[in-house]
Amino acid sequence: MSETVAPTGGKPLDALAEREALAPEPGLGRTIGLVLFSRPSTIVATVVIALFIAIALLAPVIAPYDPLRQSLLQINKPPSWEHWLGTDQFGRDVLSRIIYGSRNSLIFGLLSPLLAAIAGTSLGVVAGYFGGIVDRVISRLIDTLMAFPELLLAILIAAALGGSFWNIVVVLTVAFTPGFARVARASTLAVKQEPYVEAAIASGVRTPLIIIRHVVPNILAPIVVLMTLWSASAIRIEATLSFLGIGTQPPNPSWGNIIRDGLNNMFATQMPIVSGGLAITIVVLAISLIGDAVRDVLDPEISR
Amino acid sequence: MARYLLSRFLDVIPTLFLVLTLVFVAMRILPGDPALAALGPLADPAQLAIFRERMGLNDPLWLQYFTFIGDAVRLDFGRSLISDVPVSSLVARNLPHTVYLTITAVIIGLVIGVPLGVLAATQRNKPADDAFRIYSLIGYAVPDFYLAAILLIVFSLNLGWFPINGVGSGFWGGLHHILLPALTLALLKSAFLGRLTRTSLLEVLGRDYVRTARAKGAREGRVIYRHGLRNALLPLSTGIGISILATLSGSVAVELVFNRPGLGSMLIEAIHERDYPVIQAGVMMFAFFVVLVNLAMDVVYVLVDPRIRMKQ
Repeated sequence: MSETVAPTGGKPLDALAEREALAPEPGLGRTIGLVLFSRPSTIVATVVIALFIAIALLAPVIAPYDPLRQSLLQINKPPSWEHWLGTDQFGRDVLSRIIYGSRNSLIFGLLSPLLAAIAGTSLGVVAGYFGGIVDRVISRLIDTLMAFPELLLAILIAAALGGSFWNIVVVLTVAFTPGFARVARASTLAVKQEPYVEAAIASGVRTPLIIIRHVVPNILAPIVVLMTLWSASAIRIEATLSFLGIGTQPPNPSWGNIIRDGLNNMFATQMPIVSGGLAITIVVLAISLIGDAVRDVLDPEISR
Repeated sequence: MARYLLSRFLDVIPTLFLVLTLVFVAMRILPGDPALAALGPLADPAQLAIFRERMGLNDPLWLQYFTFIGDAVRLDFGRSLISDVPVSSLVARNLPHTVYLTITAVIIGLVIGVPLGVLAATQRNKPADDAFRIYSLIGYAVPDFYLAAILLIVFSLNLGWFPINGVGSGFWGGLHHILLPALTLALLKSAFLGRLTRTSLLEVLGRDYVRTARAKGAREGRVIYRHGLRNALLPLSTGIGISILATLSGSVAVELVFNRPGLGSMLIEAIHERDYPVIQAGVMMFAFFVVLVNLAMDVVYVLVDPRIRMKQ
């Protein structure tokens, strides 16, 4: 092409380029940047979570004592240079137990929302995509389970199953699944009407491929938002279950059962209750701040 | 309206069946061997055999299912394995305490939360609104049992203003004992109720009829209460239902902290004593509670919203 023709020939393309410049699709890195550094409160929350993850990963290195080691000579010591948060009724170092307890919270905070997202999204997509009797059965189940608050559902399932690591994972996953399923179903119903899905159906693409290629990627945003918000809930619910004695079983430390032990010993020392509760509160607060930011960036429609 | 209400009442039956079936699946099928799950790995074979016989676990599954549903419908939960008391009398003894606690907490929560929400909405983006935002964020993050323990340490243990455990006797004794646990649950729920009040009030205050009222020269207080809050009641009535159930779930841990009798402490104690019939009854009672509150909320919704009331 000669240079004189180029401007006219290039015009539509230029316009297209301009439009793309107006509404750029942010890349993954940029989206994460947007989420984490949008507001001062989110920056603080990000630092808190980074610290929390570092503490959980490095627990064996930074914990001053073995969280399980009991000592008759060190019972109910007040905070000191040797034991920053004092010791409990078994002479265990409270700070070390809090540090190791973070591992527990981190695992459940990551694992259960992820598993629930997988289970719930599958159920919701199947219900929304196929409709009919499948949808009726799944929707009825979701509605019934959604009537229960997640915490109550978790307590009831834990009551039936008993507490062990995998049981808690199951409990939290089941408690969160209906929420994911409901969101996934609603989004699938909307996406199914989109021209690209109709085009795929018309051109004979096989159903599983349509679901994986066209439906799931387009309903992911609200699912990711729910996952971040629920990782805060997962940590809080695990703590509650452990406090009730149906979550993480002693002597393994969890922030919930540290408070439980502390309550039985509150006349002697209150440090375990105060510090365990602060740990839960700070981490849950930080994750929910990040969750709000994720929601504002990924899913502006539902944010108020 | 009558037809709508009737259909809602009838709808409870399949829901109850579904819930009972889920409880059956959770307690009898999911654990694999319910006897082993109930008595623990240390139980000897003779104990397990007695337990299976007593609970009818040797019957075929379908027969177990029908017996289970039949017993549940007649509220016959068998006898406690530990104390041999009929489970239904245990339930009858504990249920009222949980109901009192939940109702008191939700009322206090409304009394604190709604005015806070109105304040935040009318002072939108001013310091009062920011302060409320922080309050509601913290209210979400603090677990019930932590706040309960802190209030117990401060007001009962250190200041000695309130008793450490029990329910007390008489009206004033009962009030004295219930205040701290109810306040724990209420403070946390007030954050949620306040946030809901703020959101729905802000939405209503943007409507045309509110602008008309203002243009007419109605005083601000009248605009907020007559035109704003009354119309914001509808989403709030759903919020009350959610808070009742959230308070109910929180009451389990709070009863434990304050050493109060109630459905929650009954359930938790039964889990520790491996008292299977009581666990089963506790789980079912909570499930019934949820179904009942949801039904009640639907009825309230109809009563509050004239558009639904007039439809038929």
